[in-house]
Amino acid sequence: MKEFTYTITDPLGIHARPAGLLAKAAKAYADTTVTVAKDGNAVKASQLMKLMSLGVKQGNVVTVTAEGPQEDEAIAAMETFFKENL
Amino acid sequence: MTLLQGKGVSKGVTSGPICFFQRPGNDIAKVSVSDIEAEKARIREAQEKSMAQLEALADKAREETGEDTAILFETHAMFVEDDDYVDTILSTLEDEECCAEYAVKVAGEQFSAMMAAMEDEYLRARAADIKDVTRCILNNLMGIADGGIDSDVPVILAADDLAPSETLQLDKSKILGFITQGGSGNSHTAILARTMGIPAICALGDSLTKEYEGRVAYIDGAAGTVTLDPDEQALAAYEEKARKQAELRALMDEMRGKEDVTLDGREMMVYCNIGSPDDVPAVLQNDGQGIGLFRSEFLYLAASDYPSEDEQFKAYKKVAEAMGGKRVVIRTLDIGADKQVAYFNLQKEENPAMGVRAIRICLNRPEVFRTQLRALYRASAYGKVAIMFPMITSVWEVRECKKACQAVMTELDAEGIPYNRDTEIGIMVETPASVFIADALAKEVDFFSVGTNDLTQYTLACDRQASDLGRFFDPHHPAELRALKIAADAAHAAGIWIGICGELGADLSLLETFLAIGIDELSVSPSSVLPLRAKIRQTTAGTCTAELLDC
Repeated sequence: MKEFTYTITDPLGIHARPAGLLAKAAKAYADTTVTVAKDGNAVKASQLMKLMSLGVKQGNVVTVTAEGPQEDEAIAAMETFFKENL
Repeated sequence: MTLLQGKGVSKGVTSGPICFFQRPGNDIAKVSVSDIEAEKARIREAQEKSMAQLEALADKAREETGEDTAILFETHAMFVEDDDYVDTILSTLEDEECCAEYAVKVAGEQFSAMMAAMEDEYLRARAADIKDVTRCILNNLMGIADGGIDSDVPVILAADDLAPSETLQLDKSKILGFITQGGSGNSHTAILARTMGIPAICALGDSLTKEYEGRVAYIDGAAGTVTLDPDEQALAAYEEKARKQAELRALMDEMRGKEDVTLDGREMMVYCNIGSPDDVPAVLQNDGQGIGLFRSEFLYLAASDYPSEDEQFKAYKKVAEAMGGKRVVIRTLDIGADKQVAYFNLQKEENPAMGVRAIRICLNRPEVFRTQLRALYRASAYGKVAIMFPMITSVWEVRECKKACQAVMTELDAEGIPYNRDTEIGIMVETPASVFIADALAKEVDFFSVGTNDLTQYTLACDRQASDLGRFFDPHHPAELRALKIAADAAHAAGIWIGICGELGADLSLLETFLAIGIDELSVSPSSVLPLRAKIRQTTAGTCTAELLDC
């Protein structure tokens, strides 16, 4: 399993638009499970509504994990995504 | 032959099949089914259709309104196939052995309730997105056409009455005319019909029934009649009217490109009232000299959340550019009263016509006002934009509005964003108070525009939405016309222009009175421009009298 932590800088947090893009990016790695966790609550990154309902705001620290055959590619893609969008 | 009598609210004759506006009901019953797999297939099909529609909407938005709206629709498309949402639908289907519609409804309610319970205000507002998505899937499941019109050919659209947000979504190329059970001459359907220049008949009551769906009707907007299976005589009369209408249209075509000037050389500015950028082609087609009233409400009514500065800016800029340097008077937000917007969370009022509406909302909510003013000033760099404030009753209100404009200009200066510093500022004269203090108000602004619909309602104490006031509701009342004269005299004494943007402006029988009073501008439905021009060009201003002001 690979993981990284990230502090959200987007003023709106993980709102609808980036959540949608994130879910889409995570689904690209079909056999690899990507999760996003805040305060110990982890959800699959591909679950758009659950992801939004985490209520991640600016300044929150999230932990992103990837587990599966493509975990290296997936975690790298997620890191880039968070830096660019959140 | 079947003859239905209603109230004609927009002139003209037309014929075509009747099509009832489809409004999805909220009561979806739980129906037990045995073939769960068949229901699952229906859901998959509805999901695919919904996603295709939402993606098409996103493409359309990307071209017309911009990236923000496009991404919203794309996110909606992702909601449609969200794993949890779909799991909830499928498990409801299996556990309850119910129909697809009910399962989708339950999932939609569960998820929107979950969002609505969130602490974060932004996420709470997303409950509306989930409702929209659920609605979209349900419409596809139930075969309800998007935009409410299920027909490939143009139709006569029938409804009980149409809400402002509903008229915005209509595919206007499919509508020949309107027939409604309720409504009045001032209802939104009537206003839309006049803008489009097509016939409309309202107040048909229960005589208009769903049985008529698909039947060919002949409607006459001047007489207020809807005829089915006409006998020979009625058909001949209809054809004669249709022929005259075509002749008149040809005659009006000759008026295109001519000036709005009386026989003795008095010029009148003939402008148009519009409700959205979609109406601009009608203005250009009818050769309007400018836009005297651009109602900005459409941006707010069509949205599920406050429209952003950029969204507004794009809409205003589009109209300003399309009018190519001709004046475009944009009225700031005028909601409340009969126009309600859910996300404003306005308090329910006993008497909303006299409640917190229009400029009162804007002055109470400086952030909402500021966003709109910034969008308006930014658009002023792209054409001849003028800003107009509605429902003014006091001088301090105008001064506060001007202060807000000043603050926005200072911000734009600091940000280096271009705008026109000399953007004209005007007010609607639509309350008796503004008439009585017109001399003081005229010193504050660049123009007046009289909103005769509200001015009549407040002056005569007659509710404009009520349909049974009959002879008591008299828009030609000398009190109304005298009010116009008081305002006109005050405007001219201060050296500013005065126009009329209410329905009265298009009333040809009052043109001589308007000329006698000295009205400088008439802003009317695009379809009224050419008839008005024809009448102006036959009139001698010098001989017009104000005799209608006598009691």
